[in-house]
Amino acid sequence: MVKNFFAGRWGIICVGAIIGILAGVLQKLGNPGNMGICVACFERDIAGALGLHRAGVVQYMRPEIIGFVLGALIAAFSFKEFKPRSGSAPIVRFVLGVFAMIGALVFLGCPWRALLRLAGGDGNAIIGLLGLAGGIWIGVLFLKNGYNLGRSQATHKSVGLVFPLIMLGFLCLMFLYPQVAGENKSGVLLYSLKGPGAMHAPLFISLIIGLVIGFIAQRSRFCTMGAFRDLILFRHIHLLTGLISLVIFAFITNFVLGQFNPGFEGQPVAHTMQVWNFAGMVLAGLAFALAGGCPGRQLFLSGEGDGDAAVFVLGMIMGAAIAHNFGLASSPKGVGPHGIAAVAVGLIVCLFIGFTMKKNIKGV
Amino acid sequence: MSITIDARGFSCPQPVLMFMEAIKSGNESTIIVLVDTDASKENVSRAAESKKYNVTDIRQQKDEYQITIVKD
Repeated sequence: MVKNFFAGRWGIICVGAIIGILAGVLQKLGNPGNMGICVACFERDIAGALGLHRAGVVQYMRPEIIGFVLGALIAAFSFKEFKPRSGSAPIVRFVLGVFAMIGALVFLGCPWRALLRLAGGDGNAIIGLLGLAGGIWIGVLFLKNGYNLGRSQATHKSVGLVFPLIMLGFLCLMFLYPQVAGENKSGVLLYSLKGPGAMHAPLFISLIIGLVIGFIAQRSRFCTMGAFRDLILFRHIHLLTGLISLVIFAFITNFVLGQFNPGFEGQPVAHTMQVWNFAGMVLAGLAFALAGGCPGRQLFLSGEGDGDAAVFVLGMIMGAAIAHNFGLASSPKGVGPHGIAAVAVGLIVCLFIGFTMKKNIKGV
Repeated sequence: MSITIDARGFSCPQPVLMFMEAIKSGNESTIIVLVDTDASKENVSRAAESKKYNVTDIRQQKDEYQITIVKD
């Protein structure tokens, strides 16, 4: 049996370091501020590129996301870990994905970006991370009381391949309809002319870095939600070491590249309404904990054949569309007109799911 | 006493929670855990070692793993 280096202590630290460094590099090469990688933001941009929402400043088919899924797929096939499976409460996962995204867009970032914002000097991220930990803590309470999503079933190979193929299809669309300078539309795809959606590293570099991260993250099971959950639930620090490594190496990279700007005011794609930075991430953290993975991990699971994780991702993309169409997403000016109501509704829905989905899981 | 836990189809953290539940009483000397993903296999093995149990055997049957865990 070949030992999986990446699943060991040094492996996860290496993976965190590589992600931290590459995120800083992606920002240097054109991605938005403190957004070298943001799974939620980038899925939101994909929703925009497809025209699911019409917020003109956040529309771009992010190759990093495509790379994450396909990189994980390649890793899974290389190491015989591609396991097509599905059927563990997909509709619930979809809804959790929707509200995870809404919570993340109230804060303006997923857990990955919260860490990168911290590493870039954005103090507001501390509040967001506290909220994230709080949401996961609530999720752990449910887990301790027997909350679970039920068993998945092994299924046809094609079930596991559908989501990676969707990503491949998106990549084909990018090649068929490449960005045209000064145009906000190319074929069926929308491209932002200004705002974060207009800021991106060159396509091939984004794609290759996405593939690399997808590959090593699948091998290491890197998960930002799992890091906090395992700490609270089991006092295990394995995943947390990877997360700390990410922050340290992203900080060093930012410092070297001149991207470290400490402060609270005027941070890139961020706002200072701390109550909602906190509450948005409580919602996101709870939804991730109930769904069993952070948004990055859900992409990597999708790549290794987990059809339920893929449904969660589709929920997040739908959540992004709703968030922008309904005015739920925040902007640097502060929360959206209906963001607060959406957080309240989201928390109620998550609590409902947490309280009601209890089943005796003793497999004895 | 020996006990078998069927954690197939569950993703993390359920297999680990089920293992933890099973060893709570401290009466079980041998615990066999069935899982179907590599992540679960690694998580359960890691949890067992952190609880001072020994993973003595991991047997692969098709797409499943049978993990044998023994108390010191």
